[in-house]
This record gives sequence, C-alpha cells and structure tokens, in this order.
Amino acid sequence: MAEELAAGCARPTGGPVGEEPQENQDEPQVKGEEKKTMIMVGQKAPDFTAPGYHQGKFVNVKLSDYLGKWVLLCFYPGDFTFV
Amino acid sequence: MSIDSMFVHKMWDDNELKKMVDGGVPFPMLSDAGGKVGRVYGVYDENAGVETRGRFIIDPDGVVQGFEVLTPPVGRNVNETLRQVQAFQLVRETKGAEATPSGWRPGKKTLKPGIDLVGKVWEEWKTEMAFD
Repeated sequence: MAEELAAGCARPTGGPVGEEPQENQDEPQVKGEEKKTMIMVGQKAPDFTAPGYHQGKFVNVKLSDYLGKWVLLCFYPGDFTFV
Repeated sequence: MSIDSMFVHKMWDDNELKKMVDGGVPFPMLSDAGGKVGRVYGVYDENAGVETRGRFIIDPDGVVQGFEVLTPPVGRNVNETLRQVQAFQLVRETKGAEATPSGWRPGKKTLKPGIDLVGKVWEEWKTEMAFD
C-alpha cells in the first residue's frame, strides 16, 4: 500500500495532491483576510502524500491509496507529548 | 500525523510507544513538516506552529463523514470515534435505509427514515436512550 522510502540525510516532505483551487473572480474578495477553505462532511477528503514511519520502515503514504477502506486521519500537536 | 519528522516518529515509537502498545504503533505515523496538509484540513495552528487534535472519519469512497477538532490540552475519546465509525458503517451497509439516533451503540435500535416516521419518532425513541 505505502511505498518504502530510503533513509537518507534529506528530510522528506509531502503535501496536498492536485492543483490549487482556482480563485473565482466573480466572488467578492475581502482585503486583508485570507480565504480559508473549510472541510465539509459529505465532501471528498483532500488528497495528500506524506512521509512516515510504519513498523520498522520509512514509507510514503498517499491518502487515495486507501480508497476502499475506512480511514481515521488523526492530527496531534507533537511526539513525546503527554495527553 | 504531526509536524515531527519520520525520524522522530521512529524514536518515539522505539523509546516510548512500544512500552504502551505491544509491537509499537500498528498504523503509519505521518509527518507534515510545515503543516501543509494540516492547513488544507483546517487543523494547523499558525501561531503555535503545530497541529491541533483533528480527527477525520473518511469512508471507502474518500468522503469525509465526520470530524472533530480539539485544542491540544484535551485528549480524545477513542470509544466515541469507534462508535461513530460503526454507525457510519451500518448506514452504508443498509444504503441509508437505517439511521442511528442519538445514543446509538451497536445492538441498539435504529430508525427507518421515511414518511411513516414523520411525527412518530417519540414512539420509537425515548430521551433516556440518549444516555443509557
């Protein structure tokens, strides 16, 4: 499912997959306020790739590789924290 | 997923998490350096430079069915997350013929949405079922 990564000196990064959403010129633009997209239930989860660690291996994970399965995606503030 | 590198994830798993979970964390621990993914999901705290406690339930079609976001000091309720997954799975299996009312757990009564249920929920579902 996940592609294995070689452990080198570089620190691999991932990010959202696909193009940036196009700004709609017809919509009113609010100056000084960044337009934020909000996740909506019932809508597609934004696809991404991310490097990670899984059971003794460094891997590169793509969310869309998990189509057909239920996914729990959890964010947390940091490793070695205590909650 | 956190802003820590995959190397730190390995150290955390090796040095601490393996003491809590036999064999270490069974699922991938992902790295989101710079919060690029967290920003798209609306959980990256720009001021603190870390992800908040966001949790997304994504179904087999890649659709977000539910999410919860907490500030860092309060931990999650894993049982509640699993209950929600079980509820979404039941709704999916019945293709929406059954719905899970407040307080539902596996084995408890579901509702069958339809014209016959309009105005009759009070007969099918009692307030105490939200709490038992």
